[in-house]
Amino acid sequence: MIKFVPQIINLLATIILLLSFAMISQRRIVTLINLFMIQGAALVAASFLLGYVTNQPDLYVSGALTLLLKVIFIPWMLHRVIRKLNVRWDVETLFNIPTTMLVGIALVILAFSLAAPVSRLSETLAGGSLGIALACILLSFMMMITRSKAVPQVVGFLSMENGLIFAATAVTNGMPMIVEFGVALDVLVGVLILGVFMFQIREKFDNLDIHNLETLKDDRS
Amino acid sequence: MNVLLFVLGIPLLGGGALALVGHKAWARDVNVLFSLGTFVASCVMTAQVINDGPFFVWNDQFFIDPLNVFLVTLTAFVGMTTSIFSRPYMRVEQDHGKMTPPRMRLYHSMYQLFSFTMLLGFTTNNLGIIWVAMEAATLTTVLLVSVYRTPSSLEAAWKYFILCGVGIAQALFGTILVYMAADKVLGAEHATLLWTSLSTIKGHLDPTIMSLAFVFLLVGYGTKIGLVPMHSWLPDAHAEGPTPVSAVLSGLLLNVAMYAVLRCKVLTDGSVGTPIAGQLMMGFGLVSVVVAGFFLSRQKDVKRMFSYSSIEHMGLITFAFGMGGPIASFAGLLHMTVHSLVKSAIFFTVGHATQKAGTQVMSEIRGLIKVNPTVGWGLMLGVMAIVGMPPFGVFASEFLILTTAMREQPWATPFLFIGLGVAFASILARVLPMVFGDTSLKPLAHPPALVPVFVHLALGLALGLFIPPYLNGWYVQAAAMLGG
Repeated sequence: MIKFVPQIINLLATIILLLSFAMISQRRIVTLINLFMIQGAALVAASFLLGYVTNQPDLYVSGALTLLLKVIFIPWMLHRVIRKLNVRWDVETLFNIPTTMLVGIALVILAFSLAAPVSRLSETLAGGSLGIALACILLSFMMMITRSKAVPQVVGFLSMENGLIFAATAVTNGMPMIVEFGVALDVLVGVLILGVFMFQIREKFDNLDIHNLETLKDDRS
Repeated sequence: MNVLLFVLGIPLLGGGALALVGHKAWARDVNVLFSLGTFVASCVMTAQVINDGPFFVWNDQFFIDPLNVFLVTLTAFVGMTTSIFSRPYMRVEQDHGKMTPPRMRLYHSMYQLFSFTMLLGFTTNNLGIIWVAMEAATLTTVLLVSVYRTPSSLEAAWKYFILCGVGIAQALFGTILVYMAADKVLGAEHATLLWTSLSTIKGHLDPTIMSLAFVFLLVGYGTKIGLVPMHSWLPDAHAEGPTPVSAVLSGLLLNVAMYAVLRCKVLTDGSVGTPIAGQLMMGFGLVSVVVAGFFLSRQKDVKRMFSYSSIEHMGLITFAFGMGGPIASFAGLLHMTVHSLVKSAIFFTVGHATQKAGTQVMSEIRGLIKVNPTVGWGLMLGVMAIVGMPPFGVFASEFLILTTAMREQPWATPFLFIGLGVAFASILARVLPMVFGDTSLKPLAHPPALVPVFVHLALGLALGLFIPPYLNGWYVQAAAMLGG
């Protein structure tokens, strides 16, 4: 069993990275949320597996936290929000998928070259995953820049958080427990606030297009 | 029973209590009382540090030393004066129909929780908790910025949330890397994010990991400091929120982020052994000073103009800490203090002026000195102080920073002079007609609370003329901690 663990962790890391790519190329909002949920599930699997092999109960707690928050609660809330806002079947048409994918690949290469000198020093089972975690963070970052609707921006933000948690899990076998709880609390409150904002933006602008939010300029009189 | 319990407990309790009763008319006074309590507690804590030296609280999770106790007192003080200023200000906003009772409740509760998150960020010993506190501070201020529920305030709050969320995520990645470096030295069982423990082993932390970590930490927390090019959220958030919020954002929140960077810089310097961290900070600081100076000259909205001035001053402080050494670190700490005091005083007067004129556009605000001489003089003196006229404290700290720069980094001096000069000329050119021109405006229904303005300016002046020996000793100790 132990023999296969690094391979399994690497497999999960690859799945997380692939899901990041799937998300940046996904136009349907409903599918996007489902992809985010699967990414969370892969993250939970990685936490539990590492917790089992390294015998660290902290990782179980961290995994359970991710399970509750990222796999169950937040997707449920986002589904509810898009149903209420009636944007469930919205399709974005603004960006060019092949170009985004190519930029995404460049970002992955950048992430790996940044992480290479550090990965070499890592002694944990999944130390090589640092590059993948960084790549996920940068891809989500790009997703937040290229998307013009509010919900995909929020999913990008959360998927970036996934990348960070994966980095913490894979590279250092989890942050101190108190920090994990603090981060989870911040994410939870943040998502609730963003959810409320979406309703307010909808009320003020009649749609959830972030292009409405570009009126604040320096030389506005 | 430790005094820190009160410093953190009073604003936390205040946040909870005002969430229930914040919409009542007397909640404004309760808000002031809670802030006053926090300030008194922080003064007691300061006295303790002066008498007994640095101390740990609760299993080393909190650590009070000269560097953070001085920032705690400053934060509690400006938090208190801002709550005094906010009483008549928010009352007028309520009369104008911009605030409703439920919004007042949200405002008061978030004001106290915001103070709590800042104080938590300063006093915690855990680098991870600093991050959590910074993110929580973002969340509370997002709600404060959007409290008017206008399209433009929603836009500002959304941008603020998304940009700072992205920025601060980089800082979390940096923190994870620091933890990885600690893990390598101490082993998985004893790995820690406690700053004091990391500080004792900083010489053994892996330099490759630490330099990569510092880049992420600087970019991440730098977003919150408002360093160019990660600054674009800052003018929007400052201009669209209520003025008391602009005052605390500019005067206090930026300091918390700066403090986080400083703590990380100490670790990085100890580990890497080259001045790479300082050089990065100097670069970001210099770009911020110059770019903000030029952006500032194009502004038409008065709160936007002063928020660019905050970016400029934060850039200057970053540059000073980047240079390092006892004099520059001393000047950086002094500049942080006087900038907080003077900039919040300016926002107080600007708040009354815009309320009176019903607009934030500078060309439509005229003749303040005729309608309300105290507001007019307050703004004039505040502006003289912020552009660095002697004998105010800003002059003293800028003088120290510039002379140190001439000696140690001569190449940077012309850029600093250009940035400061452009800001000087454009702020004065805009503000003089606002203060002296002709006007037909009427005084406000509720007399503005201007005592805080003059208290802040008097302190700013006093620090320029004479720094009391104990305060001086305190700055020197804090500067020494920063590796001066």
